[in-house]
Amino acid sequence: MKYLDEFRDPVAAKSLVEAIRRSASQPWTIMEVCGGQTHSIIRNGIDQLLDGAVEFIHGPGCPVCVTPLEMIDRALEIASRDDVIFCSFGDMLRVPGSKQDLFSVRARGGDVRIVYSPLDATRVAAENPDKQVVFFGVGFETTAPANAMSVLHAKRLGLTNFSLLVSHVLVPPAMTAILSAPTNRVQGFLAAGHVCTVMGTGEYGPLVEKFNIPIVVTGFEPLDLLEGVRQLVELMEACQRDGSSAELRNAYPRAVTDIGNTVAQQALADVFVVTDRQWRGIGMIPQSGWTLSPRYAEFDAELKFGVGHLEVQESAECHAGEVLQGLLKPNECPAFGSTCTPRNPLGATMVSSEGACAAYYQFRRLESSANA
Amino acid sequence: MPEAGQVDPSNWVCPLPLRETKRIVMGHGGGGILSEELIENLFLPAFGSAGGVSRDSAVLTVLGGRIALTTDSYVVNPLFFPGGNIGDLAVNGTINDLACSGAQPLALTAGFIIEEGLELDVLGNIAQTMGKAASDAGVAIVTGDTKVVGKGSADGLFINTAGFGVVPEGVRIGPERARPGDHIIVSGNIGEHGVAIMSVREGIDFGTTMTTDSAPLHRLVAAMLAAVDDPNVIHALRDPTRGGLVAATVEIARTSGVGVELDEAKVPIPESVASACGFLGLDPLQVANEGKLVAFVDPAHSEAVLAAMQARPEGAGAVIIGRAVEEHPGMVVARTPFGTTRVVERELGEQLPRIC
Repeated sequence: MKYLDEFRDPVAAKSLVEAIRRSASQPWTIMEVCGGQTHSIIRNGIDQLLDGAVEFIHGPGCPVCVTPLEMIDRALEIASRDDVIFCSFGDMLRVPGSKQDLFSVRARGGDVRIVYSPLDATRVAAENPDKQVVFFGVGFETTAPANAMSVLHAKRLGLTNFSLLVSHVLVPPAMTAILSAPTNRVQGFLAAGHVCTVMGTGEYGPLVEKFNIPIVVTGFEPLDLLEGVRQLVELMEACQRDGSSAELRNAYPRAVTDIGNTVAQQALADVFVVTDRQWRGIGMIPQSGWTLSPRYAEFDAELKFGVGHLEVQESAECHAGEVLQGLLKPNECPAFGSTCTPRNPLGATMVSSEGACAAYYQFRRLESSANA
Repeated sequence: MPEAGQVDPSNWVCPLPLRETKRIVMGHGGGGILSEELIENLFLPAFGSAGGVSRDSAVLTVLGGRIALTTDSYVVNPLFFPGGNIGDLAVNGTINDLACSGAQPLALTAGFIIEEGLELDVLGNIAQTMGKAASDAGVAIVTGDTKVVGKGSADGLFINTAGFGVVPEGVRIGPERARPGDHIIVSGNIGEHGVAIMSVREGIDFGTTMTTDSAPLHRLVAAMLAAVDDPNVIHALRDPTRGGLVAATVEIARTSGVGVELDEAKVPIPESVASACGFLGLDPLQVANEGKLVAFVDPAHSEAVLAAMQARPEGAGAVIIGRAVEEHPGMVVARTPFGTTRVVERELGEQLPRIC
């Protein structure tokens, strides 16, 4: 397939792997931030190809995984109301709240619908004027522009029955939190290509400088990932060899420009304001998310349904926080594959196919599963 | 409530119009005159030569061999999709369940659960498609049942078909018979039915129209059996419907206690399926098919079986995609084009489209 096959070529992959192995003078520990990259690394076995040269730590970039428990509970409370049509992307439906998930709400008669775009939800609102239609706006900078557009669209249409339950999170503050932690092991980052498609690369230069850590903006296909790793290893080696200062590179230029998508950025600046956010399993990260601007308060489902007070505690048995910070591999968790499985997930990382625990469970190695 | 007015014969498929209504009413399931008229004027003409005599049960004469029996319910939404509708799906799907036991299908039953208010010409259209599919496959629809449920109690129309066939003498095909060394053959492109349904159900335009692959496979199976002297060299067959290729191979691996190795690069995935699945974050290996089968065949005879499959239109795209192994019993492992491996496991429920 055009624009895909070129980036899945096994021969080119082999020469990239050889180049990485040649240049790596030591095993490097790197973090891919994005859940889509984690999925692709595990699915294609890129970690196996680079075993011994590069250790991947799977970062907190799965939107399903980091959406805090209380936000799921707020969604469940709203979705259970008779007057509500609750719309969401598919993989949020199986995420456990403190007592149930959205599938259970649907089985008990709640009108919960899977949509493919927030604009589908505004269409549902226009078609059902006697119902309140709520869209669950989760995700990083990648999904936020479409959610912002749905609010602008609803305002343009004069919809008074549409609102957004917002739980947006931002990548750079999470990287800052990881790098600031005394336990940090990350020596280089693969930055999330699609986040940068929207936001550009401008936010990452200051991180490179402040923490003297190389960052390479990277795509999602096998060759994209290998090329990102190749450049990152080159930068880490240079830092170590001649003490040169860390650099920011863009290894995904077919999608990412320095300035990003300025139209999307304008919509984001108009609709959202930066706020502190809870990250599931990690905790509060200051200034790490977006919430609706007071200008658009009429579209804020949290205010409309008065669910902002709901707060709950995480399960102590779940080590997702350590997994998301790269302190623990999913299969090193005592609950992995025993008390925690996709059927009975303790935390969200076991739910989404982008979640590190689910990716390990789904595509788990032959050796570990043969012993299981 | 029934709509008043006469049926317009110009857009009606039956020789005799049903009285007073263009839609199904509760009375059509009441066992009275309306029920009789529905059978006499809609189902039997639609089934044509494939239809049976109206009686409580069909009586069949069976010569030699063992009997294969299966049942399947069809609840697809929407009822009509590119390349077919629930009617031919209900005929072909049940024929394929028989075919995967090595049986040649003889007869089908058809049970209809109809939601009050369904338009009669929709039902007539579907019944005609069933009749044509059965007659094309050379299988009779010998008995049936009709129930009507209140508006909101069903999603338009549910169909159950049971199928009855005969397994020829000497044929022993079963999911427990796969052996290490077996070659695994898939009969053609995978993922087409699931993507066709998704594109109409969700209103997503993938740039090209993907049509269902719904087709009966009993003649393909007969050709495979005819291609070998000893039919026992064909060990296991499965039609990869819900859960796709993954569910089909995992089930055989678990039942037979063999491991399965799939060569990912050899699995035939059409570009439109690959791009639709990429777009939605779905795995094409787990998407439904309705006109494909997976075969586990003795490696000494796999080329002969493959050639026989490729000689038929429903098997023209057949390829060997992997083999059964002694290692990792009960488990399916995919070998990626990069030489790495990953365990392939079924989804917990249905696949869910990803956020990004």
